[in-house]
Amino acid sequence: MTTDNNKMLRMGFLALALLCLLVASGCSTTPKQDVNLEPPRHKAEDVIKEGVDYAIDVYDPLEGFNRRAYTFNYYFDKFLYLPVVNTYEFITPNYVEKRVSSFVDNVYEFNNFTNNLLQLKFKQTGVTLTRFVVNTTVGVAGLWDPATYWGMERQPEDFGQTLGHYGVGHGPYIVLPIFGPSNLRDTTGLIADAMAFSAAGPPAWVDDDTTTQVFTAVAAVDKRHRAKFRYYQSGSPFEYDMIRMLYTSKREMEIAK
Amino acid sequence: MLKQLNWIVGVCVCLLMLSSSLALAYDYPFDNPYIATVLNTPAEFTYDLPRETPVKIDTIKMFPEREIPGILWNFDELRYSYIRQKGPAPLIFLVAGTGASFHSAKMQIMQKAFYQAGYHVISLSSPTHPNFIVAASTSGVPGHLVEDSADLYRVMQAIWQKLSKKMEVTEFFLSGYSLGAAESAFIAKLDEQEKAFNFRKVLLINPPVSLYNSVLILDEMLEHNIPGGNDNFNAFYQSLIKGLTEVYVHGDDIEFNDQFLYQVYRYRKPKSDKKVAALIGVDFRISSRNMVFVSDVLTKAGYAVPKGLELGRHDNATDYLKVTSRLSFIDYFEGLFLPHFRAKDPNISERDLTRQMSLRYIEYYLRTSPKFGLIHNEDDIILLPGEIDYLRDLFGSRAQIFPHGGHCGNMAYPDNVTAMLDFFKAVNKNSGGYDNDNR
Repeated sequence: MTTDNNKMLRMGFLALALLCLLVASGCSTTPKQDVNLEPPRHKAEDVIKEGVDYAIDVYDPLEGFNRRAYTFNYYFDKFLYLPVVNTYEFITPNYVEKRVSSFVDNVYEFNNFTNNLLQLKFKQTGVTLTRFVVNTTVGVAGLWDPATYWGMERQPEDFGQTLGHYGVGHGPYIVLPIFGPSNLRDTTGLIADAMAFSAAGPPAWVDDDTTTQVFTAVAAVDKRHRAKFRYYQSGSPFEYDMIRMLYTSKREMEIAK
Repeated sequence: MLKQLNWIVGVCVCLLMLSSSLALAYDYPFDNPYIATVLNTPAEFTYDLPRETPVKIDTIKMFPEREIPGILWNFDELRYSYIRQKGPAPLIFLVAGTGASFHSAKMQIMQKAFYQAGYHVISLSSPTHPNFIVAASTSGVPGHLVEDSADLYRVMQAIWQKLSKKMEVTEFFLSGYSLGAAESAFIAKLDEQEKAFNFRKVLLINPPVSLYNSVLILDEMLEHNIPGGNDNFNAFYQSLIKGLTEVYVHGDDIEFNDQFLYQVYRYRKPKSDKKVAALIGVDFRISSRNMVFVSDVLTKAGYAVPKGLELGRHDNATDYLKVTSRLSFIDYFEGLFLPHFRAKDPNISERDLTRQMSLRYIEYYLRTSPKFGLIHNEDDIILLPGEIDYLRDLFGSRAQIFPHGGHCGNMAYPDNVTAMLDFFKAVNKNSGGYDNDNR
């Protein structure tokens, strides 16, 4: 049990540290306009109309922090995360990579289960439970995914989606260091899921710190290996805005499902 | 007797050709050019290309002295990719289409196909891509075919200087799609004088005839197809997301991946072309506003960003996004492009410039040079009526025009990939050089 307490404590610290960081750097980044500057040929005031909604606008009071976190993530990727992932991809055959992904997905079925249940989606809860049983046994500890083959699709749900399901809005947009684009609702979900996972999920069943740490590391590498997204590679000078809009829309779609 | 035999053989040959042409009917899945342009070639219909290649991504600095504005910090070095063959092989340069990078989906189709067929491949971003504008455009004002092609030619030479020790090259080829095809034609012309590569064969895939005309068509696709005009873009976007969501929620096994739109399409086919055309227009507007904003900031043109305003690395630029999203290519042409060229040559007219942005400008060269090949589509949406006939006339037997495919939609379709590879393979046989079949 001490393991769980430690985990939870660590999680709490992480959340607190994050919050401090957010508050500390929530400064505005709107460029200081020099009133003496000659106006451009196409002035913003002429084009942007009051009362017109813009798809690109997402509530983002922490933009100053967020843009810096976005850049931080680019460097974190470049100098640490991606080199590790590239090494992993280099030494691991594709076949093994797929088994690892299946294994990680299977362990995290715990979160899909709890969140489907919390949303009272009983059919999906049942499918998730059956998937876990089938894949853990027939699929050899989740290394294979025969459940999908037999028509039981994965039912991904997280606590951010559960909150959304019950009508919680996305709140301010947040770019989490390392984790990437998020918002207050989804960050809360991320923390809640992590705490539930470590308190009552597979780490609690195993109850071994080293195993949990190794799994967390493997899952982190596997996650980045599967995500094709690369910071600042879209070629758009407005990448920050575009990602913010698309992330928000994508989450809305996931919540609707 | 002999005459009759000839006649019989002739008839047989005719019948054979007829039956084989029937057997080879073109089965690309979309005969609607707008759908083709958006969905391209779904995975189940594509030519069998390698999943992974030993592709290397590298950077080069073309203007070490250039001061890069803070907000464009990540565009300072030109990124490109190359794949090397182990032994001696021909090298092909590939040029991307409007707004696209060296790594775009269509570039990867070409890159993989040529690598598989035994070529060294070097892939370059379009001169309209923000990275190229910042790192490799001499003027910083993209869109001029002659100037942009000269920039590309300089980049090719710089990269070749860097890689020449790593590759054993027998001869040089060149190809590009869309705007990259038009640029390839101009690069080939330049190469006739400068002779840095002596390109042996040049293949143009879905080029515009007149860049100016094609861009107007694309602008109109956005402006004419969003109900209620541009002020209603948000409503259009929300209805699009709503439609996608409905399919995503109710469809089985629909995932967010590169086949997402195709999955949605199979579930619910659009009732009219309007929304699909608007989507193409939006896609183009996103490319063009990125280009315009970057050009404006880099050249301090005072177009949408006030002259003298320094935008830093983490500065908010959403207002400029909104402004440049509203401006058409004509606005760019009149507000930034024309003033730039007028400043260099006060006598230059609008007509002079639009004339230079067209394949007609080098018509005689294209008509007479045997090194060119053309792959195009009868129903390409970026061409005005009659322009495909112009190309057919211009390239004659050097043109292969497919009945469907829209704009570049069929590039990964087996017939198209084969046509692309065969064009270069044919010359290899004639020249007695590198040839896959004879090894």
